[in-house]
Amino acid sequence: MTNDQLHGASSGDAATSAPLVDVRDLSVRFVSRDMDVSVVNGVSFELREGEVLCLLGESGSGKSVTMRSLMRLLPHTAQLGGSVSIGGLDILGMPARQLSTIRGSLVSMIFQEPMTALDPVFTIGQQIVETVRCHEGCSRSDARRRALELLELVQIPSAARRLDAYPHELSGGLRQRAMIALALSCRPRVLLADEPTTALDATVQIQVLLLLRELQRELGMATIFVTHDLGVACEVADHVAVMYAGRFIETGAVGDVLNRPHHPYTVGLMRSTVHGGQRGTTLEPIPGAPPDLRSLSTGCAFAPRCGEARPPCLTAMPELVEAAPGQTARCIKYGAATTYAAAGTFQAAV
Amino acid sequence: MSDQAATFSGAIPDTVKTERSRSFWQAVFRRLSRDPLTMICAAILLAIVLIAIFAPWIAPNDPYKTSMVRRLKPPGTPGYWLGTDELGRDMLSRLIYGGRLSLFMGFTPVVVATFIGGTLGVIAGYAGGRINMAIMRLIDVFYAFPSVLLAVAISGALGAGIVNGLVSLILVFIPPIARVAESVTTQVRTQDFIEAARATGASGARIVTGHVLSNVVGPILIYASSLISVSIVIASGLSFLGLGVSPPLADWGLMLNTLRQSIYIAPVNAVLPGVMIFTTSMCFNLMSDGLRSAMDVKG
Repeated sequence: MTNDQLHGASSGDAATSAPLVDVRDLSVRFVSRDMDVSVVNGVSFELREGEVLCLLGESGSGKSVTMRSLMRLLPHTAQLGGSVSIGGLDILGMPARQLSTIRGSLVSMIFQEPMTALDPVFTIGQQIVETVRCHEGCSRSDARRRALELLELVQIPSAARRLDAYPHELSGGLRQRAMIALALSCRPRVLLADEPTTALDATVQIQVLLLLRELQRELGMATIFVTHDLGVACEVADHVAVMYAGRFIETGAVGDVLNRPHHPYTVGLMRSTVHGGQRGTTLEPIPGAPPDLRSLSTGCAFAPRCGEARPPCLTAMPELVEAAPGQTARCIKYGAATTYAAAGTFQAAV
Repeated sequence: MSDQAATFSGAIPDTVKTERSRSFWQAVFRRLSRDPLTMICAAILLAIVLIAIFAPWIAPNDPYKTSMVRRLKPPGTPGYWLGTDELGRDMLSRLIYGGRLSLFMGFTPVVVATFIGGTLGVIAGYAGGRINMAIMRLIDVFYAFPSVLLAVAISGALGAGIVNGLVSLILVFIPPIARVAESVTTQVRTQDFIEAARATGASGARIVTGHVLSNVVGPILIYASSLISVSIVIASGLSFLGLGVSPPLADWGLMLNTLRQSIYIAPVNAVLPGVMIFTTSMCFNLMSDGLRSAMDVKG
């Protein structure tokens, strides 16, 4: 048991059952003729039935790629390392044919942009019916009945009529609900949601989030949410993992991480976000830009932007260590070594 | 939510539409029927096709019966309403019979080329990489020649005759159709819904036959329908040059060729086959425009 585990310190009853999702030291590299980018650099986590993990991070931090690796939904140029096991099945070593049988039924995914993720030339009903028939091999009328149930499940008003609607005939919120219905059509045990509310307006966002949380509890799915919206994370997640440059830099229960962030990046993230009781105060942005993944330095990836960086930060990437009970952070400050405390600040050293 | 329910085709009660599975093609036909220009073109084309099919029953005279006495009679001559040609054959009958060959030469190459070129293009577009490279570069070789020149060259090499003319036209039309199919497929392939289909566990074959084809077939058909007029014109051109249909068979292009010598004596007669070619290809073009807007689901 390494410190990289998300649930190293989680409660005893959950630890007794085997995790549904077990990701060990996952790495993803995109290699082609003129590029070689390491997008995910050693991510490990576990997820049990009914748990919600939220991957937080800015654009390009590897959160979407991490999530898509769970169903190997990546371009051919991607090279995956480490191991991913879902329900005891080895996802990374699985032949492509078997992969298509688990996609949709074991692991399913909700896309960010419901307009482009639904096929424009088929009705909502046809798309759900096809997916259900493809996996469960039932008759067309049974599949249609199931599609109707699903639309009712995702609370689409006058569901029977919406079955025959084309995606462009629905509003954004309804379209995303249809997308959720499609994702749930074959009773997945793991649901992946890639910024499911980003394309929606604020009032619809909260409706869809509440619906997702409700469905997730009702159906007991393990869910992974990818978002850069801290509000979304608070709303749905049990656990949060903050990603930076393809690594988890802070993990823990949602309340702990958002209320008592330990990693300087998470601290900066919280400071630069609008939340209650802030009227009149100026937000503090994190200086600089995300690192170029093509040329990562050996040290802490966040060090160039970190206000607390000291010379030892640049020598080696710190491990994910326990910063508080149930909460880990990838920062040298919390490590066992005393090099950080001993070193002076940059200003003093230079 | 309730307000959305109200605004969405509010008058129709739920239960009525439940059993009705609305198909894509029904919607296309409904939209087409509201487009007068397209409907007129379709009606003219239908009339031309029907007349061509039932030529033996409709044509007032034998299109091959020559007469030295009544050569180049002007239109309006009793018994020969559109006049006669330079060998005294009835123009109306020859135009009616000529429609058979001209339409055949217009349709067949396009239909065959759509199948072959469409398949090649979809394969190239979906597979990408080396397969795309192999197919598309091969097609570029054909693309390097102007279409008329290529048709003339191929049928010239193969020799005159209807079959050789067809083969050359098919070879001429495969590259542009494959090119269109490839570019549409590449576009569709990168769309989210293809990835979403993969995420719901659809296999490669299923994605191609289901999602890719259904999104690609519209643009390909529309493009192909615009090629029919080109095909008629090129086929006429081949006949005109003596490479396609050979005399005494009636074909609009061939008629245009033989009547050309008489253009100063009987200009109206000489122009009539050209009018038929123009009308038919114009109608095909306008109809393909109408089809394009009708088949756009988002329209």
